[in-house]
Amino acid sequence: MPAKLEVLAAFEVFLSCDEDVILARQRIRALAQDVGFGALDQTRIVTAASELARNVVVHGGQGSVRAERLAPRPGVRLAFADQGPGIADPERALEGGNSTIGSMGLGLSGARRLMDEFALDTAPGRGTTVTVVKWLP
Amino acid sequence: MNEVTVLKTGDDLIVPIQVELHDRAARKLQENILVRIEATGARGLVIDVSAVAIVDSFLGRLLVETARMAALMGTATVLVGLRKEVVMTLIQLGLTIAELHTALNLEDGLALLQRLKGGDGEDRQAGPHAGEA
Repeated sequence: MPAKLEVLAAFEVFLSCDEDVILARQRIRALAQDVGFGALDQTRIVTAASELARNVVVHGGQGSVRAERLAPRPGVRLAFADQGPGIADPERALEGGNSTIGSMGLGLSGARRLMDEFALDTAPGRGTTVTVVKWLP
Repeated sequence: MNEVTVLKTGDDLIVPIQVELHDRAARKLQENILVRIEATGARGLVIDVSAVAIVDSFLGRLLVETARMAALMGTATVLVGLRKEVVMTLIQLGLTIAELHTALNLEDGLALLQRLKGGDGEDRQAGPHAGEA
């Protein structure tokens, strides 16, 4: 049984426009640096965050990301939440290549590939929350 | 908002992206590039992303699209300076940039551009009139 996860530090960034996405990326990169991730993992984490933050703004209208520093196993957890229309067919959305805004639909599937853990909680009319985790190697 | 400068040298345009672009700014840059191509009749375009820490699916797709648009205006595009972390992330993300001409750095990119402008794009030994710069 692994030790119970603790949240050592956390912050939240409100997401409603392109500039908010950049701010979230910058703050998440700083967190990843603090945790000790190398350049490649920082790039993976921030790229995934960029995809998911854009989804919040474009599909959800607005929402937020909560970023947490985890212990005792060092890692970062990011939870992107919006109160938008939700996703009617999550499995299809995760296949990639299916986008309603013409971005090649790589947002969700790409973020899942770049991170270690991925959870999608959504239903039509109930908004969308995507939670991803990257563990320090 | 910081603007990205579009430099002109000979019949080439050079676009060094030095700021972190959000989506709207990236679209604006794409438009600015096309405006400059039209105004200058540039035959070559180099986009330098060596200072860009993140290329996500939006920016990646926009860069591919920009090269395609430039091609329709008779302008060859070379993307230079992709960082190794960015390259590895792009591949993992699943983005296809195969149709883009790329080079390691600005110098190599300009050399490639001369060849692209000089021949049919695949000709390794561009003639003496290549580019006519």
